[in-house]
Amino acid sequence: MLRLKAGIAALAVAATMASAAWAQGTLRVGMTAADIPLTTGQTDQGGEGMRFMGYTVYDSLIEWDLTSADKPSVLIPGLATEWSVDAEDKTKWTFKLREGVTFHDGAPFTAADVVWNLDKILVEGSEQYDPRQAAQGKSRIPAVASYKAIDDYTLEIVTKEPDATLPYQMTWILMSSKANWEAMDKDWEKVAGHPSGTGPWKLETFVPRERAEMVPFDAYWDETRIPKLDKMVLIPLPEPNARSAALLSGQVDWIEAPAPDTIPAMQGNGFVISSNAYPHNWTWHLSRLEGSPWNDIRVRKAANLAIDREGMMPLLGGLMVPAKGFLPPSSQWFGNPTFEVKYDLDAAKALMEEAGYGPDKHLAVKALISPSGSGQMLPLPMNEYVQQSLAEIWIDVEFMVVEWNQMINLWRAGAADPSVDGAQSINFTYFIQDPFTGLIRHLDENLIAPNGTNWGHYSDPEMQELFKQIKTTFDPVAQDEVLRKTHEKYVNDALFLMVTHDVAPRAMSPKVKGFVQAQNWYQNFSSITIDE
Amino acid sequence: MLSYFFRRLLLVLPVAFGVSVICFMLVQIAPGDPLTAIMPVDATAEEQAAMRAAYGLDKPLPVQYAIWIGNLAQGDMGKSIATGRPVAQEVFGAVQNSLLLAVSAAVIAFPIGIFLGFLAGYFRDTLLDRAVTALSITGVSVPNYWLGIVLVIIFSVNLGWLPSMGAGPGGSQSWEWDWLHMRHLILPAVTLAVVPIGIVARTVRALAGDILTMDFVQALYAKGMSRGDVLRHVARNAASTALSVMGLQLGYLLGGSILIETVFNWPGSGFLLSNAIFQRDLPLLQGTILVLALFFVAMNLIVDVAQAAIDPRIKRT
Repeated sequence: MLRLKAGIAALAVAATMASAAWAQGTLRVGMTAADIPLTTGQTDQGGEGMRFMGYTVYDSLIEWDLTSADKPSVLIPGLATEWSVDAEDKTKWTFKLREGVTFHDGAPFTAADVVWNLDKILVEGSEQYDPRQAAQGKSRIPAVASYKAIDDYTLEIVTKEPDATLPYQMTWILMSSKANWEAMDKDWEKVAGHPSGTGPWKLETFVPRERAEMVPFDAYWDETRIPKLDKMVLIPLPEPNARSAALLSGQVDWIEAPAPDTIPAMQGNGFVISSNAYPHNWTWHLSRLEGSPWNDIRVRKAANLAIDREGMMPLLGGLMVPAKGFLPPSSQWFGNPTFEVKYDLDAAKALMEEAGYGPDKHLAVKALISPSGSGQMLPLPMNEYVQQSLAEIWIDVEFMVVEWNQMINLWRAGAADPSVDGAQSINFTYFIQDPFTGLIRHLDENLIAPNGTNWGHYSDPEMQELFKQIKTTFDPVAQDEVLRKTHEKYVNDALFLMVTHDVAPRAMSPKVKGFVQAQNWYQNFSSITIDE
Repeated sequence: MLSYFFRRLLLVLPVAFGVSVICFMLVQIAPGDPLTAIMPVDATAEEQAAMRAAYGLDKPLPVQYAIWIGNLAQGDMGKSIATGRPVAQEVFGAVQNSLLLAVSAAVIAFPIGIFLGFLAGYFRDTLLDRAVTALSITGVSVPNYWLGIVLVIIFSVNLGWLPSMGAGPGGSQSWEWDWLHMRHLILPAVTLAVVPIGIVARTVRALAGDILTMDFVQALYAKGMSRGDVLRHVARNAASTALSVMGLQLGYLLGGSILIETVFNWPGSGFLLSNAIFQRDLPLLQGTILVLALFFVAMNLIVDVAQAAIDPRIKRT
């Protein structure tokens, strides 16, 4: 009898412990987005969409290593275990796919699924073509010319020209389940409510504009990334004060981008502020059209030397990394520029005088700025700070303030477009996570606006050669070296007014444990637990 | 009465048409591209043009209007550019939430406003009158989003009694009257009620004060009528104007609560409208504004008819 009781007790303890091992609470996240990001595969809502609805429910062939807070993220195998370019034909890539992976609906993942997903965003005539997903994914893989499944677990992609940045491009493309789409009557609107990916989280409940609830996918292929939480709930809370109040009153456990002035109150109440360097910058993109004052390197360097970036820190509650270049100082592609981006007013004035300016001859520039916007930090006070700083070296700044969506249109239009009304600078923040988004797209002469995002119409043969080398250097180590050289040129030529980098601040309840903030726009939520 | 109702109803049609034209045209004036929200920021010019054509935004405005109004006539309000969901589904879901909030605020505001206004009007030029007047001016003057934030700090953050955001647990959107749902309603409804309390109180005070000095009131007293019966006559004379003010206030409560719904993350039409503006989501913006504008028109109709029912003099004029 005693043995029976002991046995029952032991079972009860084991059951409790097992339950404790799996039951690690619910994480409620207050997002900055106004709606739940698109759930069908390719997400909208920018980096936040990919962070919370992309790499949670879905996987890509190649992913980012999000396990370390101490070093920049690098590419790692995802649904592809390895990839290589043909030694003879540098446009032909082979991807070996991971075996044994299943979608949430139980369907196996194969090369045919990759082809189906690429058709979903690239082939308008295909049955599964989805304009909404195409709008988010198509421009992310400009190199792709064609693709085919060699066998169930081998995929071939042919690029338009040799392009060694293809692996980075493939991190954008998320794999939805064909079987699930068919089960949902081939209707993407129905799929939105019942999506199926191969990711570590399954979307369980979805109420548009209100919440999305995810639960762990216990059959996830990477056992180290099976979520420990019971549930993760995403709640759109676009208003910063509403986000802060929700966290402080215990309605959510985690908020993105707390307003800087609420941070001391949060810290005083025991809430944790998590931040880290990540690939983001806050710059003035400069016009290089004929007649632009920024064509004089002395003026560009002087402007970069005139800003006391350390002095700007209190404005942002300390949540910034002062710029030392276009990329953050911690970037693997930072290199060793010879021009030091720092505060040196005397040197700045000397350069301006050398360029022919002084107390009696001011330089007038016009800058496009927005009062808010994704990643723009606190654009009005920060720009006023820059305006004051430049005034010290006789640069008089006139602002043209436009609403964020209009700002995006003016950025796309380029410096020569009449809509920018002669502005020679645009304050824009950039996602700079990979070689293309980080460096190439801003200054490639083939991407001069409106055909691309070279807003300032910059054109330089030496830079073009560097971009060509990035695309034709297939050895990752050698490619990193070219990227470093490219960034050194960015800085040495002072091609932007480089001001600061955001640190992706997020505030969370002290109950949230196990989060490692990677130096990346995306994060791993699988390691998180909640102390109930 | 019936003919008055139909005459009044006929007048609604040109107003509704005018409203639809204004709704459609106003949102076109704002700068910016409605497709910005759904295109990657670095979409090429070709991709932008293709998207514009896919959404019919490359057509001349009169053609776009004709298509829009034609679809509306068939009950199709189009699809949101930002979410791809039907506008009707988005708008009516949000309007239902706003209506719940507006009715709750009205239930708080109107009795309090009427009571305070009547009290001040009856005891005109006394300390009580001055206190009510000061209170109602404060109610009208205090920015209600600020008041909302203060209430959140006190009752949600510091005391932890009431939630600061959302319409209910688990994303619930229905009109459920259990405590779990009602606790979400209290702070936004109280905040929203403050302005109409002030407006109704001031209106009723002025009406009651004026009517009490009229000759017929003295005549009623002279006939020996009790104070209660006289006040009933006063109330009836004040009712039609008060009703008109309250009807418009209900319209304001439904459509004018963008800031309150933003502060409390209340998934109503104001919140939807602010998101639609922010995202330049033209179909959603047009649909939301149209529904809210038509609600105002409907409220005016209801108020006019109700006034006529209460006060027969209105029909004759």
